[in-house]
Amino acid sequence: MTCCGTPLDRQEQDAVSELLATKLAAFTRTLRDNAFAVGLSEASDAARLLTTDLVRRPATLRSAFRQLFCARKAEWDRFDGLFDAFWLGKRVRSRSLVSGGTQPQNSPSLKSLSDATAKGSQEATDQVSAEGEDNHAADGEGRMEGASRIDAINGVDFRKLSNPQDLALAHEVAENLARAMRIRMTRRDLERRDGYRIHLRRTIHKAIGQGGVPMHLVMRRKRERPLKIVLLVDASGSMSLYTGVFLRFIHGMLDAAPEAEAFLFHTRLAHVSDAMKERDAARALDRLSMMAQGAGGGTKIGECLADFNRQHAARVLGSRSCVLIFSDGYDTGEPSQLGEEMQALRRRCRRIAWLNPMMGWDGYEPVARGLQAALPHVDLHAPAHSLQSLADLEPYLARL
Amino acid sequence: MPTRDGIASGLAAAGYVADGELATAISLMAYLKRPLLLEGEAGVGKTAVAAALADFYDTKLIRLQCYEGLDQSSALYEWNYQRQLLAIQAHQGKAADAIEDEIFSEKYLMERPLLAAIRQEKPPVLLIDEIDRADEEFEAYLLEILSEFQVSIPELGTVPAKSIPHVVLTSNGTRELSDALRRRCLYHYVDYPEPDREARIIQARVSGSGSALSVQIAHMVQAIRKEDLRKRPGVAETLDWAAALVGLDVQNLQDKPELVHETLLCLIKTREDRARLRPEVVNRLMGKVA
Repeated sequence: MTCCGTPLDRQEQDAVSELLATKLAAFTRTLRDNAFAVGLSEASDAARLLTTDLVRRPATLRSAFRQLFCARKAEWDRFDGLFDAFWLGKRVRSRSLVSGGTQPQNSPSLKSLSDATAKGSQEATDQVSAEGEDNHAADGEGRMEGASRIDAINGVDFRKLSNPQDLALAHEVAENLARAMRIRMTRRDLERRDGYRIHLRRTIHKAIGQGGVPMHLVMRRKRERPLKIVLLVDASGSMSLYTGVFLRFIHGMLDAAPEAEAFLFHTRLAHVSDAMKERDAARALDRLSMMAQGAGGGTKIGECLADFNRQHAARVLGSRSCVLIFSDGYDTGEPSQLGEEMQALRRRCRRIAWLNPMMGWDGYEPVARGLQAALPHVDLHAPAHSLQSLADLEPYLARL
Repeated sequence: MPTRDGIASGLAAAGYVADGELATAISLMAYLKRPLLLEGEAGVGKTAVAAALADFYDTKLIRLQCYEGLDQSSALYEWNYQRQLLAIQAHQGKAADAIEDEIFSEKYLMERPLLAAIRQEKPPVLLIDEIDRADEEFEAYLLEILSEFQVSIPELGTVPAKSIPHVVLTSNGTRELSDALRRRCLYHYVDYPEPDREARIIQARVSGSGSALSVQIAHMVQAIRKEDLRKRPGVAETLDWAAALVGLDVQNLQDKPELVHETLLCLIKTREDRARLRPEVVNRLMGKVA
């Protein structure tokens, strides 16, 4: 090892190595703090790289470290900034989670909802499962009261649930409903009885004792892959009365179905699956309220769908995907764009259901121009204004 | 550790024009003995990396193309059932154990890519193409093989690796891969090449394309990729287009705009995109790259 052209002696070399090791440990810590999954093997490989010629130029070391420490494109794009900030003392640009956005602001409607939920879950009501399945609640009295309250609000429009307890209860029920639906859907998947194949290896084993005549055919079950659900939720001002309950419903869905994905949209699109993976629903809503913004700024459904089709569709959609759009269809963008993007979305998935809370209103006609452009590409346009209407979705979702 | 420049020139000799970062990745592969995961859009030349690498190491390229429902028997090994059935008939009257030993022997085993890769004397390049199309179960199984480099076959016992292959995985991101697999690999995101590199790729791969035309084609393709298309043209499409233009004896794109427009079918693969690139749009783009 040399420094400014003069060879270092043994002691100096050791000092340099120790300094580098400390610095490297700090760097891996920095990466972990920035949500990189860095394990021991990466760290020790990085230490090995520091003993090679790569150290001579920051750029080569940076690209080597980048390939070693990154595991996905999002990390790949952020790495250089972090490296430069740490090793070269440059400033790092902060990023926001909202695609195409600048800085998210808090949305008052979601914020208050999450607070209400937090309060509600502290005054916890009991667990309720959907459609008369067994209740495992402990003592009778509380359960009865809870159950009767639920019956009372089952068909009530979410707009009319004003007191915090009822709202909290609706949230709980929505969440449990989503879980129950999801579990039933998976069970139904398992019961599909088509698609057997012969398990040849085992059949041959069995046939040896019978002179090679395969008397016993051993069957192989074709594995069913569950339907993948992708949820797109309108979080604009006009939907604010419903967003909270929908989010709880979605939280339950994601909780029970790791392969489901969720997005919020208003003036822009935000991928919220990770925030929704929070176990605690109140915390999840909190994180969402940080992401949601632009309440009252109008909804650009067409633009958000275009964003979804370009950025996310290839990754999250497949031939076994069902897209659920929760929206009232009030679009301030170009209806023709919405139509085009819906058509593109249609080509990429199995089914699209548009769940519209306005449909529960008496005398409602879907005349909004955006909705008119979208509906031809939708398989199901259904109400979603009450717990009952959400529960009614289950048979439709379970059918592949 | 093979040097970055040595690798870059070696790959160039094999007809692959690599950028510096990819050369670094390949030298790290050899040094740290980790597989390399290449991610990127379709058509950026991920698979070509493996082919060039096999050329560079002067070794075999063994390819496993993944698809939905890929299982062990098509990836690893399979018993030759027809021959086994015949053998059982032929050995009638022997003890069952003897028959079993006979029909589950090497003679009746059919190698599939993964088993073939670890049984080579000289380390081959193992390309696991589009790993995102296989399911999680297979991915977990693959991870096991990539860390153990041995395969256990219940009827035969454990088959240790004769040599450790150079493993390249590619993914188009149609499914999120597991963290465990990502962490096991070195990661490199392959982007569309910069115009000057794409021009060099055209010159290396299409004989008769002069440097002026290659640069023009590369800039034109770059401009087309920036348009809002459903399917952006990849490097393979660029090469097809360049070959078509050279075949039609085009020296300069500006001279033959009608030929440019007619040959766009090499680049544009959907009806909507074709409709979007009207002659006036193409002419505007050509004006830009002139």
